[in-house]
Amino acid sequence: MITTTKGLMDEALLDKREGTIENDNETTTWVEYWLDGELVHRSAHVALKKSMFAGLEAASLG
Amino acid sequence: MANTQSLCTSFMGQLLNGGHQFGSITLTSRTSLTAPTKDTFKAALYLVGATVNASTTAYSATNEVSSTNYTAGGEVITNANVPVATNASATAGVAYWTPSASIVYGASATPVTFAAFDAVLLYNSTQGNTAVSVHTFSSQTITAGVFTLTMPTSSTTTALLRLSTT
Repeated sequence: MITTTKGLMDEALLDKREGTIENDNETTTWVEYWLDGELVHRSAHVALKKSMFAGLEAASLG
Repeated sequence: MANTQSLCTSFMGQLLNGGHQFGSITLTSRTSLTAPTKDTFKAALYLVGATVNASTTAYSATNEVSSTNYTAGGEVITNANVPVATNASATAGVAYWTPSASIVYGASATPVTFAAFDAVLLYNSTQGNTAVSVHTFSSQTITAGVFTLTMPTSSTTTALLRLSTT
């Protein structure tokens, strides 16, 4: 059973579609369930890869 | 031996722990002056039409995602990781921190539905919702589902927040 816009539904009754986005910033996977051409469920998982970087510098005195 | 100009790595780690105060600031009490408690940090999601960036100073509900089972302000970040400060060499120090668990919005019993969104704002909900960082990703929608945001590996090169000598 899976949550959908129409309540809990048997997964076997739905058309399942999955995808992945892979780049330098993230790895993202998503899963969709469709019923008669209508999107009734979509979940996604984003895994971040990158840092938020801040450089710090001690100034020269000379 | 030679002397080498640099910020001290331990200082960068102490910055992440609020160990230095160069100017005056209004703070919410951390219970003790000598052994303060950790602040609470939260993560809010923003629609693709929002404008959250380096200029963002505090959390705002403007253009935040909304849904049944999503509370404005987002989710509390699990923070079991202690900030780390370490030296790779005499001139290369780094201090870093990463949340210790994925951030999950919704659950199978309490699903969420989000219009297209592509950013998360980390902010300090203890200290007046002051902004920490903005992280973007590919535009996503959620329909009666769950959104999971997994953090990068907490290391000198990939931690979510990283201060480094230049």
